[in-house]
Amino acid sequence: MKDELITLKSISKSFGDKLILDDLNLTIHENEFVTLLGPSGCGKSTTLRIIGGFESPDKGSVIFEGRDITNLPPNKRQLNMVFQNYALFTHMSVAENIAFGLRIGKKPKDYIEDKIRYALKLVNLEGYERRSPSTLSGGQQQRIAIARAIVNEPKVLLLDEPLGALDLKLRQDMQYELIRLKNELGITFIYVTHDQQEALTMSDKIVVMNQGYIQQEGTPEQIYNEPENAFVADFIGDSNLFPAVMIHDRLVAIDGNHFDCVDEGFGVNTPVDIVIRPEDVEIVPPARGTVTGVVTDVIFKGVHYEMCIDVQGREWVCQSTVAHAVNEEVGIRVDPFNIQVMKKPESEDEEAAGINE
Amino acid sequence: MKALKKFYVGLIFVFMYSPIVLLFIQSFNRSKSRGHWGGFTLQWYAQLLDDESILEALRNSILLAVLSAAIAVVLGTAACVAMQKMRAKSRAVVMGVTNVPMLNADIVTGVALMLLFLTIKIERGFWTVLLAHITFNIPYVILNVMPRFRELNPHIYEAALDLGATPVYAFFKTVLPEIMPGVGSGALMAFTMSLDDFIITHFTTGSGTQTLSTKIYSEVKMGIKPEIYALSSVIFVTVLVLLILVNRVQYRLDRQRLEAE
Amino acid sequence: MSKTSKHTAMLGLPYYAWAIVFIIVPLFMVVYYGLTDKTGAFTLDNVMAIAHPAHAKALWTSLVLSLESTAVCLLLAYPLCLVLARSGKSSNSFLVLFLIVPMWMNFLLRTYAWQSILEKTGIINTALAALHLPPQHLINTKGGIILGMVYDFLPFMILPIYNALAKIDRNVIHAAHDLGADDLQTFLRVILPLSMPGVISGITMVFIPGMTTFVISALLGGGKILLIGNVIEQEFTLAYDWNMGSGLSLVLLVFIVINIVIQMLTDKDGEGVL
Repeated sequence: MKDELITLKSISKSFGDKLILDDLNLTIHENEFVTLLGPSGCGKSTTLRIIGGFESPDKGSVIFEGRDITNLPPNKRQLNMVFQNYALFTHMSVAENIAFGLRIGKKPKDYIEDKIRYALKLVNLEGYERRSPSTLSGGQQQRIAIARAIVNEPKVLLLDEPLGALDLKLRQDMQYELIRLKNELGITFIYVTHDQQEALTMSDKIVVMNQGYIQQEGTPEQIYNEPENAFVADFIGDSNLFPAVMIHDRLVAIDGNHFDCVDEGFGVNTPVDIVIRPEDVEIVPPARGTVTGVVTDVIFKGVHYEMCIDVQGREWVCQSTVAHAVNEEVGIRVDPFNIQVMKKPESEDEEAAGINE
Repeated sequence: MKALKKFYVGLIFVFMYSPIVLLFIQSFNRSKSRGHWGGFTLQWYAQLLDDESILEALRNSILLAVLSAAIAVVLGTAACVAMQKMRAKSRAVVMGVTNVPMLNADIVTGVALMLLFLTIKIERGFWTVLLAHITFNIPYVILNVMPRFRELNPHIYEAALDLGATPVYAFFKTVLPEIMPGVGSGALMAFTMSLDDFIITHFTTGSGTQTLSTKIYSEVKMGIKPEIYALSSVIFVTVLVLLILVNRVQYRLDRQRLEAE
Repeated sequence: MSKTSKHTAMLGLPYYAWAIVFIIVPLFMVVYYGLTDKTGAFTLDNVMAIAHPAHAKALWTSLVLSLESTAVCLLLAYPLCLVLARSGKSSNSFLVLFLIVPMWMNFLLRTYAWQSILEKTGIINTALAALHLPPQHLINTKGGIILGMVYDFLPFMILPIYNALAKIDRNVIHAAHDLGADDLQTFLRVILPLSMPGVISGITMVFIPGMTTFVISALLGGGKILLIGNVIEQEFTLAYDWNMGSGLSLVLLVFIVINIVIQMLTDKDGEGVL
């Protein structure tokens, strides 16, 4: 395991009566691309702003390289932020924007000029030194904002929904740019987004948040394939999220139909939630299916067809490269490895708190 | 630091409002000399009702403020609507001309209008003052209404047309409600500017027509009658109360609409 | 152009006609009268009359007093706007109301009321006497005129500066901190330059009314201090010399035009005007 860089210890924060973060603990390692992912209002931006020093937590502490920086103002922290909507200085040229932090740090003139050239090269905007930020496109402004932050050689780059204002194509291009930058710079990125696709594409580690609690931490594969609770399963990707009963180890009943699975340790006859990804639902001839159902809806999605299948009044979503006609009777089977069993929360609080409990 | 900020804002507040408070107190002062307090009285308010020349000036001032604001609102809003269809360059020209009365010195605007009326030999009086007030009020309306158009979603008007509304009906049902706050603040500002104006009125009025401002100016040398303090206090309080009432009603209507939705 | 948009464009005609007759034509009248004599013949005498010692002195006094008032307004307004602009969104309508409400008490009376505060037996001197301090000569001085100008024109300085400051994105300030700037550096390098259009707009909005006023000097200068506005006013209302009055107004117009040009160069969207 790499060295711990930032540790958030028991962070709580409220705005007025509204509790934004409740006893949040999080460790971020060196040279990691960490994404804080969640719906708006889940506390992800607040977490980032606490790390950046723009908000101070009501309780808890922020540890950076073993030092408590909870009360350190932002201008004294060795991290830099790329803001939502870029926050470029419109009264300065591109070069002056990039030089801002270096001039504050009283770096020599030659050094500053080298750095500007280097940073512009890094973000593929060579020759833009004298332009005014307001004459640049959204994507270019974004690159300048990144250049302005990285010339200060921060240990950590904080990015607050940096691609939110860009259109889809540009957003996808910038995702690859960011991965390349991260690899070239070899520093830690902490990235905030509500876009699960972005998170899955770029991250080494994803932290899924909801209502001020961390729901799950893990690699993109873990988050996608093994969601630990219904919220994560529902938030990441399309999924069939059903209530079920764990009959005993390795056997689960959905609406009374028994399915083999690989999960153990949930007890006997315990209510659980299960997740089956649409691409994991196999359509087979009725005789070979674990259950049978009727196709109610077919949509062509490009790579595959998406179909809704009514199984005893419950709708299953499945994806297949073969289309089946509406009203056709089909069989359904699921590989035991593809059924993800999750513990049912006992109360709403526990549901929000997720795995922190 | 917070206390210091509050203190500073308070200080400016006192600076802006102390003359007003003083005039208010003065209107209840039995003594005619300003410097000293001769006891509480309502006599100036009572005498006010008998002073025909002050009441005449008051009538003129209010009539001018209401008429000039109303006409400026109609002309200015219509111009804003028209400018939406204009090419950017012609619009810039119109806005440039519109800015002239605001950036020009009042004394120059005043003498310019005076020369106009003298040259075309219109006798100066109530009507010339009204023309002048409309002229300096229209820019306030336009500058309040134009930003509302910038925020306006052009598709709501098109949607209304698409649903079969006539352009006039669509305008009154979709565009006007959206720009109404701008029209309202423009009207309020125009009313205020007209009521408060002295310089331009001074040059465009004739000997027969007095507004409160010109009357006060003519009395400054001899000492202002305490009835004027009484009247000004009445106007001040009336406008303040009216505005609070309008705000309250507006607030309640908004809430009812929100609850209905 | 469709039929409806033609109709829409015609809605502007009444105002365009109005603007030509009551804004543009009158200005040309000033130019015409200013450049002709009583017989209608071309002359520069009316404009050159500004060189007459009494006129030149009035112009100079106006310039100096107005500049001083503008500086005081700026010093008072900027900190106020900084405080208000940082205290949240709701202060915008509060501020406009705060500045408009005094206008419902007549402008002449408000200015005149300062006499009761400043004069020999006024509030300030009464207070000083109560404290056994020597009385101050406050009225009928240049200081009195400056106070009147500051009082009357402060709103024109506050609004554009406030608008410029309120427009600055909170994240831009955060970005400066994030890049290592402390509060003072952030103010000098980011907030101040970004608010400059508002400051310049405020300066031009205060300078011109201050430079051209004749009322404030009449009310608080005791008639002893003549400003160029007083000279022009007297030419029109006492001497009935419209040519001379117009000629001197043309001199003022030069200052006004310079002002408008500065304003246009620095504030391209014209937002600072209100």
